[in-house]
Amino acid sequence: MRKIYLSKTEKALTYTLLCIPLALLTLGIYHGLMQTLYRSGMISQTSFAALEYYQGLTLHGVINALVLTTFFAVAFGHVCMRYYTGYKLNMTTAWISAGMMIAGTVLAAVMILSGNASVLYTFYAPMKAHPLHYIGNVLLITGSWVAFFGWIGMYRKWRREHKGERIHLAVVATMANFIMWFVCSIAVVYSLLFLLLPWSMGLTPTVNVPMTRTLFWFFGHALVYFWLLPVYLMYYVMLPTLAGGKLYSDNAGKFVFFLFLVFSIPVGTHHQFAEPTITQGVKYFQSILTYGVALPSFITAFTLAASLEYAAWRKGHRSKNPFSWMTKLPFFEKDRYLFSYLICGLIIFIIGGLTGMINASYVLSSLVHNTAFLPGHFHMTVAGPVFLGILGMSLYLLERLSGKEIRLKRINNAIPYLWTIGMFIFSAGLMVGGFRGEPRRTNMGISYMDPDSPLYRPDWVWTTGTTVIGGVILFAAAGLFFIVLLDLLFAKKSKESYLSFPTYDTVHKEKVIPFLNSFKPWIIIMLALIMVAYVPAILNVLEFTGREAPPYEPQNPNPIELYQPEAGTDVGDAETYKLDQNE
Amino acid sequence: MDKYEVKAMILTGITLAIFLVAILRSIFTYATGIPECIPYDESFTEPRVEKLDDNVYQIFALAQMWSFEPHEIRLPVGAEVDIYLTSKDVVHGLNIADLSLNMMAVPGGVNKETVTFKKPGVYKVVCHEYCGSGHQHMMGEIIVNYPNR
Ligand code: HEM
Ligand SMILES: [Cu+2]
Ligand SMILES: [Cu+2]
Repeated sequence: MRKIYLSKTEKALTYTLLCIPLALLTLGIYHGLMQTLYRSGMISQTSFAALEYYQGLTLHGVINALVLTTFFAVAFGHVCMRYYTGYKLNMTTAWISAGMMIAGTVLAAVMILSGNASVLYTFYAPMKAHPLHYIGNVLLITGSWVAFFGWIGMYRKWRREHKGERIHLAVVATMANFIMWFVCSIAVVYSLLFLLLPWSMGLTPTVNVPMTRTLFWFFGHALVYFWLLPVYLMYYVMLPTLAGGKLYSDNAGKFVFFLFLVFSIPVGTHHQFAEPTITQGVKYFQSILTYGVALPSFITAFTLAASLEYAAWRKGHRSKNPFSWMTKLPFFEKDRYLFSYLICGLIIFIIGGLTGMINASYVLSSLVHNTAFLPGHFHMTVAGPVFLGILGMSLYLLERLSGKEIRLKRINNAIPYLWTIGMFIFSAGLMVGGFRGEPRRTNMGISYMDPDSPLYRPDWVWTTGTTVIGGVILFAAAGLFFIVLLDLLFAKKSKESYLSFPTYDTVHKEKVIPFLNSFKPWIIIMLALIMVAYVPAILNVLEFTGREAPPYEPQNPNPIELYQPEAGTDVGDAETYKLDQNE
Repeated sequence: MDKYEVKAMILTGITLAIFLVAILRSIFTYATGIPECIPYDESFTEPRVEKLDDNVYQIFALAQMWSFEPHEIRLPVGAEVDIYLTSKDVVHGLNIADLSLNMMAVPGGVNKETVTFKKPGVYKVVCHEYCGSGHQHMMGEIIVNYPNR
């Protein structure tokens, strides 16, 4: 394995980007456990320890699913670009980017903790958050763009100096992910800056709610892949070597990342199956396109299984049984903890991926949409492979860059297994509950799970109870992680500080295939598909939306009067707004 | 490409084809579970139940913070109902788990779905989208027992 040495400021940057979200994560994890307690009725209150349920749920979603994932994608992108191109990072863009992301996170966190943004991480209008919360989100997202702009320079330079050579799979993965991220988040940044911000400041009276939702989901589905692709990178580039084998095919890997680039965005309305203002035709079309995303997943399943089986054979596995190779992998080698983190994520993801197919299908979606099934499913993606990949890789990087060594090795290697067990119990509770109609995003402790309430639902008792058991195990696993992490940070430096990644060799010698060695054709296909999928959707929304909505606060069924029309301006909008209010 | 790779690709292709056929079939033979969108009109914000025929009803449901209007609806067994849904204020959800009826109430849009209440009983209508601090209390009921009440 090739070693490189990072400069002081490159190291400082990486520490900053890894450690800030991990510190915040303590809050996110704490409230994860609390949510299971509220939902099961063990806590039958609107708030606990000064944190209200929906305020805490907003915190949980924003910290775990937006802040942690975005910071990690950027940090990991930096080190991958640095390692696999061999060029120094552009520190100007890198620090500007980090500064924007940190400022954005601080703004959003302060707004949520002060109770001014209990709107959940999806900030659906017309529930209004404080304007600074919207600005915080914009800074977090655009900050990550700036890091990407720095990598474009490195990529171009590499291209110029290595004409005709094959790009490294890790570079393809990082760049493909951020191209997708950049394109999809333009929509949500537009919505935040030009629709929601002026409306929340009282500059415009009303906002087009279906439009903000459609723009959100243009971003929202690709967001899921943005979380996932850094971990896919680890699966393709690092897992085969960690297992002691080789990658089955490098071209297949590139094909997969390009397919994600193409298919991630134009399938967003499958999150809006149950909504008005988008016609059935558009929904059908995107539903079918959604299965396009199944293709890269199948290729991945095959490639990874083949690579791992190859590793088992190299280790001396000789059985005729087609499945026994699975037992020959290095599951419990305490010095190879990254393998454990990744393989556990992969095991959880098998179920997470299959349940995802349920959501994507039109008919089954009507059974589970917005029920507890949904968090049950996506904890097996974002809180499974993504989260474990982030934790494992953070430890791996911190260990190497600081020149320190993890001391609690056995505990560390047990964490992902504990997390997997907890996750299966927790998600089973949520998914079965979802099939029985438990709503998501609901403080059920004071209504459905309160035996004294007229709304009491005894059929949900054992499912929510199961999530508590799972939640406690997850919480314990996360607690152990923080102990291992702190212990590492306070250890003495015992080795040199360097960076290296366990990088694959391929089983076959493969030719350079031009269309798998360039982004251009894929970007063109992506833009074309987005047009075909989203122009009709946007036209639908414009046609079918009958009225815009004034802002509301979560505590009050009457709209807030923010907008003061100035004398001489058109008051047409304001009048209809008054009308609604009198109803 | 070796022969295993080719085999794997063929298998993948077949699996995907089966999925595709299954989706297309479910879409065209049972056009269920997909709300239609209806052009907006102020009259949809007046909650009411209208009887069109012996067993055919229209429910104009309005979701608001934090109740469904009309709050309690009584229907005969076997009633065929068109449900129109919109929201007065923020976004709400409408879920009747026993019917796997699943719709969103979005201000400015009108959602429509048709369902049949085949069995007698009390159907709980649960709001399953966060709609503010009273969200967990937002539930309505459809009682299906009339005329043998
Ligand atoms: C101790 C571990 C965890 C527990 C016990 C836990 C528990 C929960 C529960 C019960 C909900 C549903 C709340 C509701 O809908 O009312 C939820 C939502 C959610 N969780 Fe977790 N969680 C944990 C870790 C994570 C992690 C690691 C991530 C992401 C990396 C994550 C991401 C999310 C997201 C995105 C939501 C949806 C928020 C929303 O609907 O607005 N969770 N969690
Ligand atoms: Cu509601
Ligand atoms: Cu609600």
